[in-house]
Amino acid sequence: MAVLLLAEHDNATLNDATAKTVTAAAQMGGDIHVLCAGSDCGAVAAEAAKLSGVTKVLCAKDPAYGHDLAEPLADLIVSLAGDYDHIVASATTSGKNVMPRVAALLDCMVISDISGVHSADTFERPIYAGNAMATVQSTDAKKIITVRGASFDVAAMDGSAAVEEIGAVANPGLSEWVEDKVVESNRPELTSAKIVISGGRGMGSAENFELVDKVADKLGAAVGASRAAVDSGYAPNDYQVGQTGKVVAPELYIAVGISGAIQHLAGMKDSKVIVAINKDEEAPIFQVADYGLVADLFDALPKLESAL
Amino acid sequence: MKVLVPVKRVIDYNVKVRVKADQSGVDLANVKMSMNPFDEIAVEQAIRLKEAGQVTEIVVVSIGVEKSQETLRNALAMGADRAILVKAVDNVEDDVEPLTVAKILKGIVDEEQPGLVIMGKQAIDNDMNATGQMLSALMGWSQGTFASGLELTDGSATVTREVDGGLQVIKIPTPCVLTVDLRLNEPRYASLPNIMKAKKKPLEVKEPGDYGASVEKRLTIVKVEEPPARKAGVMVGSVEELVEKLKTEAGVL
Repeated sequence: MAVLLLAEHDNATLNDATAKTVTAAAQMGGDIHVLCAGSDCGAVAAEAAKLSGVTKVLCAKDPAYGHDLAEPLADLIVSLAGDYDHIVASATTSGKNVMPRVAALLDCMVISDISGVHSADTFERPIYAGNAMATVQSTDAKKIITVRGASFDVAAMDGSAAVEEIGAVANPGLSEWVEDKVVESNRPELTSAKIVISGGRGMGSAENFELVDKVADKLGAAVGASRAAVDSGYAPNDYQVGQTGKVVAPELYIAVGISGAIQHLAGMKDSKVIVAINKDEEAPIFQVADYGLVADLFDALPKLESAL
Repeated sequence: MKVLVPVKRVIDYNVKVRVKADQSGVDLANVKMSMNPFDEIAVEQAIRLKEAGQVTEIVVVSIGVEKSQETLRNALAMGADRAILVKAVDNVEDDVEPLTVAKILKGIVDEEQPGLVIMGKQAIDNDMNATGQMLSALMGWSQGTFASGLELTDGSATVTREVDGGLQVIKIPTPCVLTVDLRLNEPRYASLPNIMKAKKKPLEVKEPGDYGASVEKRLTIVKVEEPPARKAGVMVGSVEELVEKLKTEAGVL
């Protein structure tokens, strides 16, 4: 038996999250077969074939799979499910959209957002926004899983698996893609960046976020924000780090003007080194920070920019 | 059109979560419980659709312990029309798995025939983010998950979804299941007169068996632990000292 792993991609490049999911899958036992489904994903399939530990890549090219729509993708995965006892995907918005649908179609529970693999049927996952860690054992015949990228390293690219083209299954015709509104940015993607600098409510305005942007550009960092900053309209929602946003675990996380609400900590506390800059010395963010600086951010950020 | 809104009674999002010493779970005894925040947004959206004349009736349903009635009354006070409580467990610490919830909801959907199911994208206790997608699968319907925008036209829903890297807009036929994200709306508070009125609104009490479902567990909780704590850090006096330490001590710059 083997693991079927759904590749995450944009039809041009493979998402880093997939390489991390491969590392988790390798701990479940058995061969790893990667499914690349997309409108034109040949290059992505070739890239996936190099992932260490992958023994086969299934490539399904069809316009129906071009936009990660859950209904056709779930039907494709279910059609392949018979050969596998683990079906895994990254816990990205795409993976979280399709995998519970796959699980229900197979009459299985989904095991969402795992952060550890104890054995082929026992997994660790955060609950209560990361305030507790649950170890759960599945009694289902097939384990349907999404994997938290921040908890696993990327797999090496030293493999050479065979790529097999497979046909599409009938499109259920339940959904239609209209458009993507993707924010164009030259900065690295938030969830895979080595350095992340985030601003909170203390930034005071959207204009002031430029102070964060400038430091980010010096560091080659991604820019994030707390939910409070997003709710106040200082930053767009896809910047949001936290329980209700993205979970990040960079080498360096710099929190500026962020108090450190539980909901934010849930999204960044696995970062290797955490720096907090806040003028309130009582702010809870200092309890998780490796380096804390009590300072006015409007003074500290320009200084930081010039010191780098 | 009738709308069904499932709501879950969960630990209040302001309460500090304590893991029980015997590692069997999280302490829920004498802890403030509230409606799952994402579900409040779902209720609010249903009410706004009714106010806009696109919806005629809002049915709220909760699956859990008897006390989930309080959560349903809250939804009725916000503006829902009637409620169904499915008493599935006796112990509040017995979480009903999303697959079971979806199967019970399917039974209710088959009976009530709503044109739309609106629900929270995720409960803040088990953080599964699964029930909506599962219900949609069991019904053979479309799903519009993580919605931050919604436009209903005759027979279809245009849904703006919060996805990694931005937004995705999809168009799906109704009936369908929508799961809502935070930015869709800001839920209202129930006014005192409406809280009083809600006490007289109909609330039916059912059992899973009434919908041909049974409560079963596919996941066994082996243990629940505190997350690993981070070791205490140091305070630095200046930006210069910070940069110096990040370069030499932490080695991340």
